[in-house]
Order: sequence, then structure tokens, then C-alpha cells
Amino acid sequence: MAAYLARRLIESLLILLGVSFITFFLLYVLPADPVRQIAGRSATPETVQIIREQLGLDQPFIVQYGRYLGGLVQGDLGRSYLQKTEVAELVWSRLPATLLLMVAAIFCELLIGVTLGVVAALSRGRPLDHVVMVGSFVAVSAPQFVVSLLLLYVFAVKLGWFPIGGYGTFAHLVLPALTLGLLGSGWYSRMMRSSMIDVLRQDFVRTARAKGLTRGRVILRHALPNAILPIIAMIGIDIGVFMGGIVVVESVFGWPGIGQLAWQAIQRVDIPIIMGVTLVSATTIVLGNLLADIICPMIDPRIKLR
Amino acid sequence: MATGVRMTDATVVSRSRPASAWRRLLRRKLAVFGLVLIAIVVVGAVFAPWIAPYAPEEQHFDGLTIEGAPLPPGGAYPMGTDLLGRDLFSRILFGARTSLIIGVVANGLALLIGTLVGITAGYFQGWIGAGLMRFTDLMMAFPALLLAICLAAIFEPSLWIVAMVIALVNWVQTARVIYTETTSLATRDFIAAERTMGAGTGRILFRHILPHLVPTIIVWGTLGISTTVLLEATLSFLGVGVQPPTPSWGNIIFENQTYFQSAPWLVFIPGAAVLLLALAFNLVGDALRDVLDPTQRGRG
Repeated sequence: MAAYLARRLIESLLILLGVSFITFFLLYVLPADPVRQIAGRSATPETVQIIREQLGLDQPFIVQYGRYLGGLVQGDLGRSYLQKTEVAELVWSRLPATLLLMVAAIFCELLIGVTLGVVAALSRGRPLDHVVMVGSFVAVSAPQFVVSLLLLYVFAVKLGWFPIGGYGTFAHLVLPALTLGLLGSGWYSRMMRSSMIDVLRQDFVRTARAKGLTRGRVILRHALPNAILPIIAMIGIDIGVFMGGIVVVESVFGWPGIGQLAWQAIQRVDIPIIMGVTLVSATTIVLGNLLADIICPMIDPRIKLR
Repeated sequence: MATGVRMTDATVVSRSRPASAWRRLLRRKLAVFGLVLIAIVVVGAVFAPWIAPYAPEEQHFDGLTIEGAPLPPGGAYPMGTDLLGRDLFSRILFGARTSLIIGVVANGLALLIGTLVGITAGYFQGWIGAGLMRFTDLMMAFPALLLAICLAAIFEPSLWIVAMVIALVNWVQTARVIYTETTSLATRDFIAAERTMGAGTGRILFRHILPHLVPTIIVWGTLGISTTVLLEATLSFLGVGVQPPTPSWGNIIFENQTYFQSAPWLVFIPGAAVLLLALAFNLVGDALRDVLDPTQRGRG
């Protein structure tokens, strides 16, 4: 286990190193010149040259990347030239809101997805099963902005049950979390259904039935805990989908997380912020996958460590 | 992957004849529904200039109320007008062209990159394979949408740039699936036999391995169009995709978002169009997977 952990940890670090390289490379090849943005249009070539030297932008690529990497290790994500603030400060101040939304959204996904998946598996081949499966197709095909605007229109504008947007109370959290939860539940319900069908075929379930246990007990105590394992591994992958989705959902609902930060940065073409958010999201994804790889063997001893 | 194509040798052995696969596809109600939707969108896009009642960019004098608000669906404008007094139905029809062009071009490119990377990594293994697959893992760590936003912000967004950006972030899943299949194919006896008989690498790859990958490529190609259509709509909705005045279903919503409370049709009609087209390709792709991959049959 220790060797496995060490290996996965090193792999994750290497991926993060690669992520930082790609992010920096994109910043580097960018046509939008930060020096011009600071100095303004009327700056003389001399001024531009001085600012360039001050920022170290006249150094070769590798030197600049080394400095960027050195900063990253110390938690420095670079500077937003337009906002004249540290990107790391902006990201850190908004990360808690995103993490809160992420936890709530994953809770919704699991609740909706696992329930529907189990229901579909138990009514396999019957109309209810087909309805759930078609629903899951709709969920994976629906654009996030359409669903968030639809929920906003129905539940906030027309019915007035929830605030139109913002942050602070539980009521503010419901619609954004539900949007992400509904969309994400599509994959979970399909996965849960096929996993449940596989488990229900196995011998230990037949044994449990033969012992005379009630149907409910067999399903809840014997089949479900086993069928749910692949779902846990999927949460790690799902964080990637989530990190993309927050840009849309947070901006529609005015949720002050890093997704909204990225969206505001898009409007101003404030690249360092977009890159910072990308880097933080990628780190979250890598950590999520690492966590899933650590947790899965712990709860399921049958999983062999590579 | 989330959709998890099951790969066994059986996939390889039974390459169903196209005609019978087609017939089996048509026996599935959901697949037929998807095909009909796709056909409607294709016809609408191809014949847009003849079907559309107005030019998509034409601003109508009577297309706005006296207060300057867009008109609701009905009357001379079947889907209403947008905030500039343009006919929404005509814009939706021309927007279908954008979605389909991006869907086909971006997804085709992504499929090409993914197949090349996957087949090379899977056949050569060694450091080339390891290097390529580590790079693929690296790309998996980026959220596709954010990476696409970064790329779109770097380049001046146009229809073709958007297609390229989407291809650059969407090839990863195909590469992984093709890699897994190629590794299992490469160890099989008929490939070893070919090699013993002196077949060159190019011949083995393109004459013997690639044909076996065709079902997988078809399935992932179809499912990929759905992802592509969604990504294009989302980028355009955020304002970094296809730029107005070229109509795209995403940028129609982007342009009219401020009117969304008083003129919801401007958001929900194009939104429904995106959903239905993505749904159609997902339904067909899923059915194709069942039809082309015998190990999946009976699991659905």
C-alpha cells in the first residue's frame, strides 16, 4: 500500500508539473502583451522596454518558466495586470464558495443518480426503466446554461421560491446545486443501473435471498453497498466535469466562486486569472482522482493495486 | 470512461456487415427518433436559404414593439424576434449550419488526432507509447471547457478557430479507447502472423489494425458530435465561441440573455435546439454501440 501510495503521489506531482508547463506555455505564446496593457497605448518604446525588463519578460522561455514554477511552489499564481492584484488572492478568496457548491452538487448527483439507477435496475425492462434511461440521456445532452436558466426562470422568476441569484443563505445554494446535480446524475444513474444489475446476478445475492431475507434487506444491505463502489471511483472523474460546469452555472446564478471569477476574467480578457483558475481546477481534478484511487482499495479489498 | 465501452476480442471477431447493422439500428425506437431529429436539422441547415422566411441578419422595422421589445412567437415571425428585431426562426435555421459544421469538422479532427495518438501509442508501446499516454493523462487533468476558453481567448475566435479549439480539447477520450483496443489487437496471433510474413508496420497498422477499430471509431465519432455541439454552444454562450453576427444557437442566447425574463423564448428555443441535437447524437451513438459491439447486446 505504501509503495502504491508513493507511486500515485509521484505520478500526480508529475501531472501537475505538466499542467503548469502547458498553462505557462499558453501564457507565453499569447499575443495579448501584458506590458502594453500596463503601459497603455501612448507609452514610448523605451518605457515598454523598461517595464518588460522589470517584469523579467525579456528573459528566455525556460528562465521565465523556472521563475513561474518557483512562484507556484510558494502559492504564487502570478499577477492580474488589469486588476493589479495577485491572482492567488482572488482565487483563494473565492475557492470556499466553489467547494461548498461542489459538495452540494455531488450530494445532489449521488442522491438523484443512485436512487434512479437502483429504481431502473429493479424495474429492468419495464416502462419505468425506460423512462429513467431516456431521462438520463436528456440529462447528459442538456447544456448547463439552458438548465440553469430554465430552473432560474421557473423557480426564481415565475414561482419566486428561490432568490434569483447571489450567495449567503441555503436558499441561494439550492438552484445552482440542483442544476449541476440534475445534469451529473445522468451518468451516475446509468452507471448505478448497470452496476446494480451485475451485482444482483451474483451468488451472494442469491444466497441472501435463499436465507429468507426480505427483498428490501437484500437490496439495501447486500446489493447496494457492493453496487455503489464503481460510483465512488467515478466521483474523481466527475470533478473534472464539475470544474468546467461551474463557469457557466456560477455566472448564471451570480455565485461568487472561481467559475464566476473566470467568467468575469473572460469578459476582460484577463488571461492570468483564467490561467490561475485553470491551474487550480486541474489541481483539484488531480487530487480528486488521487483521493478516489486511495479510497477505493480501502473500502473494497478486492481491488488490486497496480 | 464514463460510458465505458466494453472491449473484448469478440468486438474484433464479429465485424457485422454494414447492411445488417443498419437494419438492427432501425429496429430501435430511440435510435430512429435520434436519426429523424438529425435529418430534420440537416435538412434545415442545408436548405436554410430557401426555408428561412427572412435573411438571418435582416433587422425588421416591425420586428419590435413600440417600446422596442422583441416580439413573442406567432404571426409573421413564427418563433418571435430577437432584441434587434431579427427573425428568430431564420437565425435558428442558419445557426443549425454553425452547429453542424462545428460538429462535423471539430469532431472529425478530434477523432483523427485521437485515433492517431491511440493507435501509435497502442502499437509501438515502449517510450513512444508511454510518452503519448502520459500526455493524454495530462490533458485529462484539464477541465475541457476551461482549456477551450483559454485557447479561444488566445486566438481570435472565428468559426474555424472554435472548431480547432474544440478538437484540441476533445481528442483525449478517443485516444484512450483506441489505445486500449490497439494494445489488445497488437498481441493477437493474426498480427504476429502478418509480422512473420514480413508485413511492414504501415501495412499492419492500416490494413489490419485500423479496420478492426472502425466500429469503435464510428461509435465514438457519433457520441463525440454531441459533446462537440454542447461545447460549441457553451463557448458561444460565454461569448468566446462563434462571434455574432454569424448566428449560432449558443450566441443567440448570449446576445439575448439580458431579455431573458421578459422574452424567455429567445433563450429556450435555441436552448431546446441544442439539447435535441445533442440528444439525437447521443441516442444514435448509444444504439450504434449496442449494434456494433456484440458484448454489449442484452445489457441495455
